[in-house]
Amino acid sequence: MFSRAYKAAVTLPPLIWVTVFLLVPYLLMFCYSFWSVSAFQTIEHSWNFSNYRQLLRVDVYWQTLLRSMGIAARVTAFSLLLGYPLAYFLSFYAGKKKDLLYQLVIIPLWVSYLVRAYAWKTILGSDGVLNTLLQYVHLTKHPLEFLLYSPFAVVLTLTHIYTPFAFLPIYAALEHIPRNLVEASHDLGATPGQTFWKIIFPLSIPGVVAAATFAFVLSLGDFIAPLLLGGPSGIMISNIVVSLFGAAYNWPLGAAISFCMLVLVVCLLFLSERLEKKWSFS
Amino acid sequence: MELLLSGADFNSSPRWLRFHALAVFAFLYAPIAILILYSFNGEGVGGFPPRNLTLAWYRILFADGAIWDSVFNSLQVALAAMVIALAFGIPAALALERTQFPGKALFRRLVLLPLILPGIITGLSLLMLFNVTGTKLSLMTIVLGHGTALISVATTEVFAGLQKLDRAQEEASLDLGANYWQTFWRITVPNLKLPIIGAALLIFTLSMDEIAVSFFLIGRDNTLPLEIWGRLRRGITPEINAVSTIIFLFSLAAIVLWYRLRVRSESGAGMDMAIGRASEASSA
Repeated sequence: MFSRAYKAAVTLPPLIWVTVFLLVPYLLMFCYSFWSVSAFQTIEHSWNFSNYRQLLRVDVYWQTLLRSMGIAARVTAFSLLLGYPLAYFLSFYAGKKKDLLYQLVIIPLWVSYLVRAYAWKTILGSDGVLNTLLQYVHLTKHPLEFLLYSPFAVVLTLTHIYTPFAFLPIYAALEHIPRNLVEASHDLGATPGQTFWKIIFPLSIPGVVAAATFAFVLSLGDFIAPLLLGGPSGIMISNIVVSLFGAAYNWPLGAAISFCMLVLVVCLLFLSERLEKKWSFS
Repeated sequence: MELLLSGADFNSSPRWLRFHALAVFAFLYAPIAILILYSFNGEGVGGFPPRNLTLAWYRILFADGAIWDSVFNSLQVALAAMVIALAFGIPAALALERTQFPGKALFRRLVLLPLILPGIITGLSLLMLFNVTGTKLSLMTIVLGHGTALISVATTEVFAGLQKLDRAQEEASLDLGANYWQTFWRITVPNLKLPIIGAALLIFTLSMDEIAVSFFLIGRDNTLPLEIWGRLRRGITPEINAVSTIIFLFSLAAIVLWYRLRVRSESGAGMDMAIGRASEASSA
């Protein structure tokens, strides 16, 4: 029913825009990663692998990448541990309060990311709310210094931010489970534990995979929370990129790291897509 | 069903589940509550218990020209980004639903990628584009960044709306002699009103809050999150709590407004749906 002109009119403008402002910039990032900076602080457009060689040779880069992946893995694990039982509770036990509780999980998503990271900073600092509270009730004599400017603070803050993200796809997956399967399992004599592990959990795996992908990818690339709360020991890979594009002025090396991150993220998306397909029952 | 699951023999201990749910809600809301509470604290940001409750920080905030300039900048950016994202996101949704062309799968992935890609990659790749083309960084470059990244939101929302749309109306309109342009404005858009409004609200809110992309594309004028960011680097005062509280109230108003609209429609949108759809679309 749609003419060729119609199809061209809806396809070409977004196609051109996305090519210019997404595809070309990614390719440009790829080009930059082979260039270098001269002694006069100009970009040399000579093509070589020296940036990538440097990434492999200098320990600090891949160590920071590993630490970032470690932090992202912890954030993912905690978000799932907080988000899954919550989603399960809402989907199966919340009854009439389901909708209200669902909205309550969503609201923090609308609260500015920066504001929430800042709130944790005011809570965890050595003069912060938590430390003064602990001293006020005489649980501690001195401020606990490990609370702020540590990987702990980064993991805590990112878990706070990504738990609602993790909750959503899990909840959606649980809501899609036909309730008669659960009833049948129950009627046939399975214990609640058996019903959960044999019916409910396997059917919710696509949601868990989507949740884990969101939490891992988004926290892996974060640089605001580490800058605000991480201190020297909480530096993540994106912080190195930020400094390479700023004070350290080495765009090509920064581009090489960013491009590696882009490839890593795209690989993770493909992997999670395949896992979701493998476990989906429809 | 309700009876069955809450029955005595279904003893997978809803009690610990209930306790867990309560704890998660406390974890999610405690920082926000503390943030709001300390915006009234006369003694500064830390310190327990809060003392000398005052509105002084709000008075300082309302007299703070730099903050309000940045709010004005952010509003402009959010409006312009919304226009770009809708102008390209709606056709993109139509293209994905109704046409076949070589490279369509790649096109879909590319459009949706910014939804899940860390902002730093979007921001930096655009920074390099602007650098190579000699474009001066300004609010305009932030608008291009937000607009491009948020096309993904408009597309997922409108795509979901299109799938529920009855094509017979459009066919009838075309059969009766209306051209595509008339049909689009008189049939397609009115039928997609709610997904479009939902996407617009969502894009606006996301743009107002955005920091990772803006961080790299900022010129001389700050957006609100970057103004707050700059102050955080210099030291913290409850003035930031006060402005955060006001942002929170506006976000809350946007959510209430949105759910009011959503109750009247069957096609839901919103951050939650966008995320749900992103995971569906990426695996479709």
